[in-house]
Amino acid sequence: MLIFEQSSSGRRALAQSPAKKAALDDLPADVLRKDPPAMPEVSELQVVRHYTRLSQKNFSIDTNFYPLGSCTMKYNPRACNSLVMLPGLVDRHPHAPDSHSQGFLSCMFELQEILKHVTGMKQVSLSPMAGAQGEFAGVAMIRAYHDAKGDNERREIIVPDAAHGTNPASAVMCGFKIREIPTKNDGDIDIEALKEVLGPQTAGIMLTNPSTVGVFERRIQEIARLVHEAGGLLYYDGANLNAILGKVRPGDMGFDVIHMNLHKTFSTPHGGGGPGAGPVGVSERLVPFLPVPMVDFDGDKYRFLTKQERPETIGRLSAFAGNASILLRAYIYARMLGREGMTRVAEYSTLNANYMLKKMQLAGFQPAYPERRATHEFIITLKKQAKELGINAMDFAKRLLDYGVHAPTTYFPLLVPECFLIEPTETESIDALDYFIESMIKIQEEAETQSDMVKGAPHTLPVRRLDDVKAARELDIAWKGCDN
Amino acid sequence: MSNIPADLMFTSSHEWVKDEGDDTVTIGITDHAQELLGDLVFVELPEIGDVIETGGEAGVVESVKAASDIYSPVSGEVIEINEDLVDSPELVNEQPYDNGWIYKMKLNDASEIEALLDAEAYSAVVESEDH
Amino acid sequence: MPFIPHTEQEVQQMLATIGVDSIDDLFDEIPAELTQFSLEGIPEGLTEMEVSGLMHQRARQDAGAHCFIGAGAYDHHIPAAVWEVATRGEFYSAYTPYQAEASQGTLQLLYEFQSMMTALMDMDASNASLYDGASALGEAMLMAVRSNRKSKSGKILVPTSLNPAYRDAAYSIVKNQGIEMVGIAVDAQTGKTDLSALDAYDNEDITAMVICQPNFFGVLEDVDALTAWAEQRNIMTVAVVNPLIMSVLKPPGQWGSNGADIACGEGQPLGIPLSSGGPYFGFMCCREKIVRQMPGRIIGRTLDLDGKPGFTLTLQAREQHIRRSKATSNICTNQGLMVTAATIHMAMLGAEGLARTAGASHQNHRKLVSRLTEINGVEAVFSSPVFHETVLRLPIATDQVLTRLADDDVLAGYNLSKDYPELGNVLLVCSTEKQTDQGVDIFVEKLKNLLS
Repeated sequence: MLIFEQSSSGRRALAQSPAKKAALDDLPADVLRKDPPAMPEVSELQVVRHYTRLSQKNFSIDTNFYPLGSCTMKYNPRACNSLVMLPGLVDRHPHAPDSHSQGFLSCMFELQEILKHVTGMKQVSLSPMAGAQGEFAGVAMIRAYHDAKGDNERREIIVPDAAHGTNPASAVMCGFKIREIPTKNDGDIDIEALKEVLGPQTAGIMLTNPSTVGVFERRIQEIARLVHEAGGLLYYDGANLNAILGKVRPGDMGFDVIHMNLHKTFSTPHGGGGPGAGPVGVSERLVPFLPVPMVDFDGDKYRFLTKQERPETIGRLSAFAGNASILLRAYIYARMLGREGMTRVAEYSTLNANYMLKKMQLAGFQPAYPERRATHEFIITLKKQAKELGINAMDFAKRLLDYGVHAPTTYFPLLVPECFLIEPTETESIDALDYFIESMIKIQEEAETQSDMVKGAPHTLPVRRLDDVKAARELDIAWKGCDN
Repeated sequence: MSNIPADLMFTSSHEWVKDEGDDTVTIGITDHAQELLGDLVFVELPEIGDVIETGGEAGVVESVKAASDIYSPVSGEVIEINEDLVDSPELVNEQPYDNGWIYKMKLNDASEIEALLDAEAYSAVVESEDH
Repeated sequence: MPFIPHTEQEVQQMLATIGVDSIDDLFDEIPAELTQFSLEGIPEGLTEMEVSGLMHQRARQDAGAHCFIGAGAYDHHIPAAVWEVATRGEFYSAYTPYQAEASQGTLQLLYEFQSMMTALMDMDASNASLYDGASALGEAMLMAVRSNRKSKSGKILVPTSLNPAYRDAAYSIVKNQGIEMVGIAVDAQTGKTDLSALDAYDNEDITAMVICQPNFFGVLEDVDALTAWAEQRNIMTVAVVNPLIMSVLKPPGQWGSNGADIACGEGQPLGIPLSSGGPYFGFMCCREKIVRQMPGRIIGRTLDLDGKPGFTLTLQAREQHIRRSKATSNICTNQGLMVTAATIHMAMLGAEGLARTAGASHQNHRKLVSRLTEINGVEAVFSSPVFHETVLRLPIATDQVLTRLADDDVLAGYNLSKDYPELGNVLLVCSTEKQTDQGVDIFVEKLKNLLS
């Protein structure tokens, strides 16, 4: 039942708004609203109960193993949330003067420094508000760099066919054309194809390493050399930074610009779809173009650097300074990890993924890249099951929900048919991993003996499979009142 | 195997063209294309009067999980669009060569039709995709 | 090891299963020369107790001032239950609802959010959020250009009374796509967008026009006249509004004869704490006929296999994961958690509670301004009605006033002289329902002392 359908005319949460109603009769009548909006009229308890019950219809990290590939669903330490809610932090106005901002700014400055060291980049700006905005900022800097040199013919960005959809979408927002290059059967990109598309029109290349197919791009140094020789720059998509944190750094691999997904690698909440935070780090040549604001420290005081002090900046991307209190959560997490903890993130997420891969392989599931090491994630393909049993990756995914496990990422990357992209993260125990594998083995048995039951899954959740076609054809995207 | 009528011409990007004989053509997407896309939920039509080059984008067909551009097989001016698709995109699934047509065009150059694939050549394209 | 559950025995068992000797062996595909670096610059790890001590100390440094700053971020009361419920693990630690059956909580909440926003704006459709108000405006401009197929110029009229940070951010977002933002002057007397300044564009191909309510000066614009002007010329209108205030002011869907085409803005006044400027959330509403041009996630209600109602992501073919380079936007992750809080907040306050909050902010502001303008040399710059912010002229440099009052823990407002030097020494002050008489007394006393 919708909260709207629980309304009773005149009911409200009396403790939560001013006791008196202001007249507003000093304002001209033609700017005033005539009828109040159709909002719920409910009590405080009704609200609390309704949304608590809704929350219980969700799978989440706190309640379920959630091995969603490319999303790094690791444990979110509770301290990161409770500490940013401290008075002084939660109620600091974004335009508060420096005299009342030193606590906050010092955290931001230190976070910039930590991210610099762990990525091997020259300078960091924290301002992008999510990975996709970090990508946009990164590609915009590549454009600004070429434009500043008068190199206005460089209008192509190279993207592997396995790339996340945000890569081409971000590049297009910066006015670039996309050149796709293929991935080889071993998961590395096709260097011969890369050589063919490189040229005086190349602005840069966007890569994820480990790549979206879950393997480390072994010839990354050669790729960096080729792109740089052609006059292009290298962009690092930080989606998979968890796999290499403290083990190898994008700056050392030859990347010129990277974005990080703090809601992945630095364990800030995924929140049912965000907020994220997508700081960008750059090599020396891109430092002037970093988005503002940035935090500076003169040895005594911390302060924001503005557009006036950064004349070549690509500009600001938000009204204030990005997703500040997400950045604070990431800072707290980074301080708890410390330098040893960063390296452990990569080590144990990789251990977990390789363990799962091996055990699933032994159980008869087919890896997409059998000759490669898994990184922090890996891909299996269920094309055999789809062909022989008529049970596809979607069916396995839905049945996993009945076993209390959130499904891995399905049907991405697009080039592996019927695939599962599985990312266990470092915070899961061997018991959780084994339970997932046992569940997959059971579903395989079910697929062989009672395929209709599997195709009808899930059976134990608040709803069964939904009619997506009806949802799109007969759009119902807002409640229109009781009569409809 | 999908339906490929012998009296139509085709493109390798899965559009079909029907020569109406008076320098106009009717254009749609093939049975094979609609099968690949699945249940269509929306068709973005060109506007009457649009002048489109060969290979230019004439519209978009959209299913729940995919969206695909319609590339104009020939060049010319759009003279009619299938308004029924606005409310009933499923016509493209149900009758791709009939009530599921997408737009009609006044040709610039009638000889362009001859350069398209005939049913046999298009069958080969579909077959090679299946393997 | 913090947050890593493995025992030494388990590690050995796992390595044996994989068939390697050590964890390092798992990284053997990484070229060895790339692994030689030092992380000395990163401090050693802290326990939760230690980091808690550190953060308490940092928080204390910034705490305890009377705040009269608005300028896009507003300090409103947030019911305790809002964040108690929003940070339940089931909301806090879930992700984008890709598996609809296992995400009905988030999905239904987002559908309710869309319903509340469309009601508040009186528009047909809402998305499930963008990053913040400024970036939402950038996206709205791109959407307007996509939607107005008749116009070819890509020119967008933008009043100079728009929040300058919004103008800057929107410019960063649209500048590489051939879009031109054209400034429209403000009447120096009234502080409203100058209707006569629009005459210059009478015969030009203009794609869209931005209309703010209230504008950055707190002033109420003639939204009907501006919208009507644009309607007559087939110019798309993009409303930038404070959503809380729309509970009492005429919403974008009712402007002019047919309403604005797109409404967007900053959702922060709906239950999001100030927290140094983010995370907040951008909202966006539009007419149904252009919903396919809208960026971001959209949730739809449908039926399941048994005919039971349920909720799912819909119109996904607009989005980057399907449309890639032809997507309406690159946005993927949005501001889910903030929208969770805002939905609970709006449900809690209802139309009446929102209207009372907005009304009390306005009334408090009248008190504040009348007290401040009693001080010699302090006067309101514009003659038009304002909502809960006012531009004040000061007899001395604004910077000096702000610094001196901050020494006494009064954060007096936003220094508008930085962005509008032509206005002289000006200060933007703000009130909310949380303003106290005691706070106003201190502000007035300190300012009076400084200026005397």
